[in-house]
Amino acid sequence: MFGTAIIVFREVLEAALIIGIVAAATHNIPGSRGWLFAGLLAGLVGAGVVAAFTDVIGSFASGMGQELFNASVLGIAVVMLAWHNIWMSSHGAALAASARAVGGDIRDGRRECSVLLLIVGLAVLREGSETVLFLYGIAATEQGRSSMMLGGLIGMSLGIVAGYMVYAGLMRMPLRWFFTATGVLVLLLAAGMASQSARFLIQADLLPSLAAPLWDTSRLLPENGIAGMLLHSLIGYDSRPAGMQLVFYIIALVTIGTGMKWAKHAHK
Amino acid sequence: MKLICLFALLLPFAAFADDVAVYTLTIKDHRYQPEELVVPVGKKIKLQIENKDATAEEFESFALNREKVVPAQGTTTLLIGPLDAGRYPFIGEFYEESAHGVIVAK
Repeated sequence: MFGTAIIVFREVLEAALIIGIVAAATHNIPGSRGWLFAGLLAGLVGAGVVAAFTDVIGSFASGMGQELFNASVLGIAVVMLAWHNIWMSSHGAALAASARAVGGDIRDGRRECSVLLLIVGLAVLREGSETVLFLYGIAATEQGRSSMMLGGLIGMSLGIVAGYMVYAGLMRMPLRWFFTATGVLVLLLAAGMASQSARFLIQADLLPSLAAPLWDTSRLLPENGIAGMLLHSLIGYDSRPAGMQLVFYIIALVTIGTGMKWAKHAHK
Repeated sequence: MKLICLFALLLPFAAFADDVAVYTLTIKDHRYQPEELVVPVGKKIKLQIENKDATAEEFESFALNREKVVPAQGTTTLLIGPLDAGRYPFIGEFYEESAHGVIVAK
């Protein structure tokens, strides 16, 4: 039961943290809650579909379909997070000043909301499909499966609690730090996803690894410990990354960071 | 649509992966066979994982920086290396208690 709880927790945590951060960052946008919920539902349905077609997806591209699929989902999520963050840089201040003032800007706000739906949907899709596969395996065969299912529920609840704690923590933050904090968190999330995306492309042999591993901090901060797990989900920490992952990380960081600065100045 | 474009774009590259030595791991009753796999140092190798169980498994190795779902009663391949000499543990994430092994690069 305990083992099941940990596995499910690990899978749910990343999606929950992403949702927590994005939910906090967009809480001022009218209608964002509904879009977030729709993204969650779409992601869950998608996760079921992806899980059911695992072998079909896997058989694409001479057996590297799974890597390409994951890399693509991550890549799209990076672009969406980038768009979101740059949009927030130019609209964040206005949103904070008065939610009503944004009313006139509604078309723009709607586009931001559909981006929100995609971000949440993709996060749930990717992490959820593995959880579905795992839980389905248990439900289909294991003895004593009620205790395993209970473990799954506990793991899922813990993951959701972690996501909610990040959300609640951000919401308590004084306003003058709030936009900086959510902006930096989303920026690091995106960079971490870019690095993970590179890892899948290396695994599929589509990219050179450029020094693998670049460093090894697995003794100091193992990825399967709680701290390593959290850092992996939040900032893309990898205990033994390939050089190419760092390249992707930095490119994402610099590109999105520059975009945010530019948007901020352009709006002034 | 983007996804399809990417697939189409990357497809030709996938073909290059074929001229590497293939090593096979089998999963049965949530155990890897063999549990210790010896591979050469400094060479890229292809790992073929066959899952004989009725449940999906996820091959995962922090040491190798790899993770991949192996469908129930399915086969999957992934590339690892070139490796330095050493031991690289791996697990089946879904059944970690029984599913583990190590790749030894000599």
